[in-house]
Amino acid sequence: MEPFPQETAPLPGATVIKAVGLTKRYGVLDVLQGIDLEAHEGEVISILGASGSGKSTFLRCLNLLEVPSGGALNILGEDIRFRLKRGEQHIADARQVNRLRSQVGMVFQNFCLWSHRTVLQNVMEGPIHVQGRNRYEVRDEAEKTLARVGMLNRAEYYPSQLSGGQQQRVAIARAIVMRPRVLLFDEPTSALDPELVGEVLKVMRDLASEGRTMLIVTHEMAFARDVSSRIVFLEKGTVRAQGSPQDLFKGGMDESFDRFISHFSRPG
Amino acid sequence: MNTQSLALVGFGPDGWGKLLLLAAGLTLAAAVCSFALGSLLGTVGAALKLAPNHALRWIGTFYTTLFRGIPEILVVYLFYFGGSLALTHLMHLAGFPGFFSLPSFVIGVVAIALVSGAYQTEAFRSAYCRLERGQIEAGKACGMSSTVLLRRIIAPQTLRFALPALGNIWQSVLKETALLSIIGLVELLRQSTIASGATRQPLLFYGVAALVYLIMGQTTALGIRAVEKRFSRCWGR
Ligand SMILES: Nc1ncnc2c1ncn2[C@@H]1O[C@H](COP(=O)(O)OP(=O)(O)O)[C@@H](O)[C@H]1O
Ligand SMILES: [Mg+2]
Repeated sequence: MEPFPQETAPLPGATVIKAVGLTKRYGVLDVLQGIDLEAHEGEVISILGASGSGKSTFLRCLNLLEVPSGGALNILGEDIRFRLKRGEQHIADARQVNRLRSQVGMVFQNFCLWSHRTVLQNVMEGPIHVQGRNRYEVRDEAEKTLARVGMLNRAEYYPSQLSGGQQQRVAIARAIVMRPRVLLFDEPTSALDPELVGEVLKVMRDLASEGRTMLIVTHEMAFARDVSSRIVFLEKGTVRAQGSPQDLFKGGMDESFDRFISHFSRPG
Repeated sequence: MNTQSLALVGFGPDGWGKLLLLAAGLTLAAAVCSFALGSLLGTVGAALKLAPNHALRWIGTFYTTLFRGIPEILVVYLFYFGGSLALTHLMHLAGFPGFFSLPSFVIGVVAIALVSGAYQTEAFRSAYCRLERGQIEAGKACGMSSTVLLRRIIAPQTLRFALPALGNIWQSVLKETALLSIIGLVELLRQSTIASGATRQPLLFYGVAALVYLIMGQTTALGIRAVEKRFSRCWGR
């Protein structure tokens, strides 16, 4: 297994993700109707929108867990190659996709830790078996990463023995130990009991303040307002509005967005 | 049990102990081979049944329907006579006259493996269906190729979920090896029949045989349960 090239430091502000006219169709349902989005190194982008507006689908297209039906996708400077088969787009080059996925971290709503592996094993799995890194170095780095999310004292636990907040922090450690260039979060706190949301958001704030590039689907309005450099508001599979949190949250920029945030208890 | 019968099943000069032990060994060997070959068939069968391709799924269903629907004893007969017939025919074509037959151990193991493979197909398939899609997606999302995903995530979890069913299948394979006595393999049951005939003590020898089957079955069941328990730690509570 050849190790993937790591850490070719990009120019500050380089484009890491570029979607042009991205569409996704399930049967007759047009879930994404042409999304344009360019994310740069160091940006923290919150993707907001009503349930069913296509936020998850869009995020999952970015690491090809869903294959877009149309449009162009460029990840870390590489155009994703598709091929057409019976009128549908498929991944043309699985190796390309796997290589890029190893540099794009993903955190799921339901944590999705591997239940047959301990916390430490969960975190060590990718670096060893995907990146082919040295076990002893990885162990060291995995422990440091777990310490950062406050989970080192649970290293030998199995996921089923942890609370949701703890599982999600391990899932974040599992993502960042791969040294990803971008992190994708799909409603990372939506499955948590209210009292556990804070511990996960705190870890995410730390990551943001480190200057990591993050795309976050969330319903935590206060968090989105405080942490994001940009807000992208999706409606019915299109980008309805986007801008800085200051501009959008002060209201009057887009009536649909104003109506959307009025459903949440006053942020902050 | 009096001393005379004890001597009959013992390891002394006129005891049948050694032969019975050998026969029990053969039973165990046949069971292990059948089960192992059945696991291979079960893996292939489950892969077929889960394939996106319609024709492949149909082949998988045909296999399990066939071998779960026919009495095992009939499968053994069909393979025994069918196998010899086919071999004899082939040998005639190659210019060797006469009658040829395959070793009954091989025939028997293949027949029982096919049946247990059909059941193992179901065990693996339903275990696979219990995997959480999210955990597989988490593997993909960190860049695992399909082989790494299979080896590191899918296979261990499927095996874990299939373990209880596999334990049951192992138990029945162990018992089904008794069918091999009808095609002339001197395994535990056949050896007991021979001994009862020679000594006119059927109850004694069949009783001993029953006990040996029980012991073999229970020891292995204990082992399987221990493995299960070890695994269940991660799914726990
Ligand atoms: N695999 C799928 N098959 C069919 N429809 C889907 C699938 N995934 C999502 N959808 C539909 O696409 C729409 C957008 O879903 P999603 O991206 O999950 O929205 P969000 O994350 O914004 O709530 C919904 O109407 C949903 O029912
Ligand atoms: Mg969603």
